[in-house]
Amino acid sequence: MKTHWNLFIAFFRVGILGFGGGPASIPLIQKEVVDHYKWMDNEEFGDILALANTLPGPIATKLPGYIGYRVARTLGMINAVLATIVPTILLMIVLLTTLSQVKEFDWVQGMTAAVVPVVGMMMAVLTWQFAQKAAIGLGWVKTCIFLAIFFITLQILQVHPGILIAVLLILALSLPVHKKQKKNKEGEDV
Amino acid sequence: MIYIDIFVAFFIPGILGYGGGPASIPLIENEVVLRYGWMSVQEFSEILALGNSLPGPIATKMAGYIGYEVGGVIGSIVGVFATVAPSLILLIFLGGLLLKYKDSPKVKRLTLFVQPVIAILLGVMAWRFFSESYIGIGIWQTVLLVGVSFLLIERFKIHPAFVIAGALIYGGFLL
Repeated sequence: MKTHWNLFIAFFRVGILGFGGGPASIPLIQKEVVDHYKWMDNEEFGDILALANTLPGPIATKLPGYIGYRVARTLGMINAVLATIVPTILLMIVLLTTLSQVKEFDWVQGMTAAVVPVVGMMMAVLTWQFAQKAAIGLGWVKTCIFLAIFFITLQILQVHPGILIAVLLILALSLPVHKKQKKNKEGEDV
Repeated sequence: MIYIDIFVAFFIPGILGYGGGPASIPLIENEVVLRYGWMSVQEFSEILALGNSLPGPIATKMAGYIGYEVGGVIGSIVGVFATVAPSLILLIFLGGLLLKYKDSPKVKRLTLFVQPVIAILLGVMAWRFFSESYIGIGIWQTVLLVGVSFLLIERFKIHPAFVIAGALIYGGFLL
């Protein structure tokens, strides 16, 4: 019971203090899991992080889920994941339903209109960061060529992004590896 | 069955979003705005704005709220489950196997191959937000808000939550 309480508190803190999305909460998770509760050492945590990065999906649920499972099996997994995500989901629902009830007021419409360009800016910055990460691994020339090809595929040929990503994943696993790429350490620090 | 649609809409971003939660944002938008038409770009950006100002993983906040709006409490649970479960189950069951291959160059480049696609999707989404804003409040307000918020967040490292709160106040009084 004590373990479950600890798991809950550890990941509740991670969820409620991790501003800036999942990747920003990785150091918080490390602090709880390695430094505070000593469920594993730094090396093990690094392994789990590298492992989680080989798979898609939100990192801030893969880590709690996996660590919870290691500490207290299936129940621990469910406990840790829910402790991470439920508090902020509830906040979202409460705040947004309240907002939509007053939607008709002019000042609320002004508020939401002002937020759109700000979020656009944040997404533009995120775009730049993803392009940069790609360029560290592939070089700018290749990255630009890929960006152009993918833009045409997605926007002009209207291919569903899921199909494009699936094809790329298959290519990543099946294309032969050049010597240059073997030395490359990119792709682990997302 | 609405729940099946919700499951599919969040299963796809969950299983394809290489690069953590932020990578799955444009994939979620693709499903809920473009494919299923559950909301407009404007509504999606409002949800994203609030999601970005609150703590915790972004992908599950989006899934939890959008699932709730489309299909109530069960919709919310289905959305979150579809986001979290596939990759978590893979991780737990394939953990041992993956550990053996985690240093293989082929596995390492999975993320690398997907990154340019995510960049395009994010860029296109940002563009949609900008043009939505251009139609709604005009070019000068848009440029002003983009410029000021960029400086505050990126140059002066002000927390996004405060910048979004500032934009809300500005919009409430002046737009």
